[in-house]
Amino acid sequence: MREQASPTDVKVVVNAIGLTKADYRGNPSTLCQGCGHNSISSQIIAACYELNLLPEEVVKFSGIGCSSKSPFYFLSRSFGFNGLHGRMPSLATGALFADHTLRGIGVSGDGDTASIGMGQFKHLLRRNMRLVYIVENNGVYGLTKGQFSATADQGLELKAHGINPYMPIDIAWEALVGHATFVARSFAGDPKQVKELIKAALNHNGVAVLDIISPCVTFNNVDTATHSYAWGKNHETALHELSYVPRAEEILLEYDEGETREVELHDGSMIILRKLGRDYDPTDREAAMKVLEEANRCHCLITGLIYIDPDQPSMWDIYQLTDTPLNRLREDQIRPKRETLQELNRAFQA
Amino acid sequence: METQLTLDERLSTQSIIVNDFSITVATVNGSGSQTSNAAILRAIFKMGIPVSGKNIFPSNIQGLPTWYTIRVNKDGFVARKREADILVAMNAATFSRDLESLKPGGAFFYADDIRFPISRQDIVAYPMPVKQLIRQVEIPPYLKDYVANMVYVGILAQMIGIDLEKIRQALEFHFKGKAKPVEINYGVVSLAAEWARENLEKKDPYYLEAMDATAGLILTDGNTAAALGAIYGGVQFVSWYPITPATSLAENLQQYLPKLRKDPETGKNTYVVVQAEDELAAIGMAIGAGWGGLRAMSSTSGPGLSLMTEYIGLAYFAEVPVVVWDIQRVGPSTGLPTRTAQGDLTFVAFMGHGDTQNIILLPGSVNECFEFAWKAFDLAEQFQTPVIVLSDLDFGMNQWMGRPFEYPDQPMQRGKVLWEEDLEKLDGKWARYLDVDGDGIPYRTVMGNRHPKAAYFTRGTGHDEYANYSEDPEDWHALLNRLKKKFETLKPFLPQPVAEKMEGARINLVSFGSTEPAIQEARALLQREGIASDFTRIRSYPFNDVVKEICSTYERNYIVEMNRDGQLHQLLRMHYPELSAKMISYAYTDGLPLTAKQIFDFIFSMEKQNERTSISNGC
Repeated sequence: MREQASPTDVKVVVNAIGLTKADYRGNPSTLCQGCGHNSISSQIIAACYELNLLPEEVVKFSGIGCSSKSPFYFLSRSFGFNGLHGRMPSLATGALFADHTLRGIGVSGDGDTASIGMGQFKHLLRRNMRLVYIVENNGVYGLTKGQFSATADQGLELKAHGINPYMPIDIAWEALVGHATFVARSFAGDPKQVKELIKAALNHNGVAVLDIISPCVTFNNVDTATHSYAWGKNHETALHELSYVPRAEEILLEYDEGETREVELHDGSMIILRKLGRDYDPTDREAAMKVLEEANRCHCLITGLIYIDPDQPSMWDIYQLTDTPLNRLREDQIRPKRETLQELNRAFQA
Repeated sequence: METQLTLDERLSTQSIIVNDFSITVATVNGSGSQTSNAAILRAIFKMGIPVSGKNIFPSNIQGLPTWYTIRVNKDGFVARKREADILVAMNAATFSRDLESLKPGGAFFYADDIRFPISRQDIVAYPMPVKQLIRQVEIPPYLKDYVANMVYVGILAQMIGIDLEKIRQALEFHFKGKAKPVEINYGVVSLAAEWARENLEKKDPYYLEAMDATAGLILTDGNTAAALGAIYGGVQFVSWYPITPATSLAENLQQYLPKLRKDPETGKNTYVVVQAEDELAAIGMAIGAGWGGLRAMSSTSGPGLSLMTEYIGLAYFAEVPVVVWDIQRVGPSTGLPTRTAQGDLTFVAFMGHGDTQNIILLPGSVNECFEFAWKAFDLAEQFQTPVIVLSDLDFGMNQWMGRPFEYPDQPMQRGKVLWEEDLEKLDGKWARYLDVDGDGIPYRTVMGNRHPKAAYFTRGTGHDEYANYSEDPEDWHALLNRLKKKFETLKPFLPQPVAEKMEGARINLVSFGSTEPAIQEARALLQREGIASDFTRIRSYPFNDVVKEICSTYERNYIVEMNRDGQLHQLLRMHYPELSAKMISYAYTDGLPLTAKQIFDFIFSMEKQNERTSISNGC
């Protein structure tokens, strides 16, 4: 961060590319006061600002629901597309091919992902499209006023709908089973962790799923509900203290030997995980499954980087596109020459 | 009534029939007969004789009966004919039915291991020792069943006069020049031809003689044509999900794109093809890509289009260019997935909830499949809206003659897209949904544009001219009406109807899509009965008012189409109610392409009835 004199001679704080935090903001949120989603939007803004990303080089996607409104509330200078319910993954997949130099952020909710969107969510994972996929998970439908979502706990009681008789879907589990190459769980009430995870996810060469418990203060925030603030605060167990360190930046964090684990991403940047009580290896898929199962068994909110595989080829590695973004190719680069058609015609001729 | 003749009497009285008959090959699905049939068809085409080939096949991988019909006609009438003059019976399961269906005097070639009695005396029957001949061929046993079908190619070639050299060339085309399979298959063909030369005596009247009527023409299917047209239209993004009869369109793209669309210096791809998990995702991806500034498309059939409807509605409303091919098959529901129809016209015209409209292109030949494929991208980008191209199974999967594909005659129309330098000039002042030019078409930017004022937020919710969320009644009303204005602007840019005149015509036959060959033949039949007719083929929707002008000049317009409810007829009457009395519907659907006779019978009887009414009315 450095300071720069503004015309009115007030000191304005800017990042390494000369942008202020305001350059990353969006329109004022119309979500409820205290909604976890707003806090996640703030961390997206902070992460992009701190990563020195040009907002024009980020593109936002969402489906339908409270969560899916939120892209309007951050990064106004980024293109965004608010698509159909449960079908943001396909929209993002197609759009990202237009310019592979951009970074995608998709925001979804538990209804948008775990119900109508489960199919597209799973297929996004297996293709490993480079996209940060944030699920703002509150266990309830907000815009339609308080129905159970598929991630709601069995036995959860909601005012208008009684007791939920069904088993919940665990989004982090689904991501892991679906071969997501980056799976994290976090809590909107833990902004620092959310921010560091977003920074790491934005630099992951593949799909990054962030299942963030994001309380709905209006419909599902009684203290005993696992998607509430109180429950999250009292039950969160972080696997590690997590920091993202960009490439070429000196590692300033000081830890004693044996206290940390480091994961190197494809671009040479690092995720540094400071151990908290246990030595958790997020590159071990089996360990990841165990920790999620443990969380379910002990009924606690285990957060952090659950799993990462930085080496799996992403869609960009698979498709081998021109360096120039596809949407900037000229006519002569996408319309084959006349002679080639004459040749084809000859083959079909009598 | 036809007098009953014995076969010998029939053969002695009738002269030979040259280049004017139909062949039906009855085989078992999945037995490799496609290669044999394709070889016969292309060989006849290469002999210069007008021909078409249609596959009447089941929804099945292996085992169910399938028929391939080839129509040879020196005058160029190659629509489907119901009756076969020559039948090749390779399937025991349908043997009796196939034998029954043959025209009196017809030729019946049958595999002699099928042990059914030949119950008819009024046909010529030729046994074919398929198994015995295959035993003589030196090939691995697993290939024997596949090449067995080459036996009938050779025997038929000998008996009706298909040039063996042309069969070899056709096999080379089919196997893309791979020597080994050509050699194996051709070996069986020549062996069988030789056997026939020595063992069969020609008794039927059907002969082929080389002509010069196909010189310069091409023989291909509509899905190949559409794929190539899209490639020459600069397609950059294809997302699709397998569905008969659209699958081969995407597969052709996958086949030709790597050859035609790599960067010459780096070898990197300038295109993307994604096989999606379903049609919901296929259209989502295509719309994402279209929004991002790519020439994006998907291909599907009716059931897939049903699934795509919600996203296409969003693309209409948010003004995103995308091209979707609907290779129509028979609905409703799964219907007859391997048969043809024109049943999606009204669905596509109205698809989507709320007030929606779509550009529909209606190709009527393999050439138009190619041409409309590249034009569709121009229209979609120029007008920032979905373009649906309605082909059908008959076009998509059957073999049609056409002129060579013509290279696009105009540069790409990329529409009103603002890049960094444009925004620089505008000082960053622009609005996504503002009708600056008064034509209903706003300007757009696409992601990746680094100008700080380039970005906007696209949504399916109500928005104002600046793309901000709005529930303001005036904004909503203005937006919907601007969209309507955009559709008025685009009408003259859509392909106009083609009209054909005939001296003294008082009636007009109106159609769209794949029915033209049957209609043209029906017109010739009507003319022989003294009924002259004009012909109008509609090539796009929304209609241009030229359609109205044309139809208003006739006493009667017969609207001919392959569906139950007369969907083109419905749309015409809806738009031009004042012409309702002049529009008569001939709509018929049974899964098979229309025949000239069906159309002729209907119009002839209607015209006769009309004549009688006029006389009794004293006109």
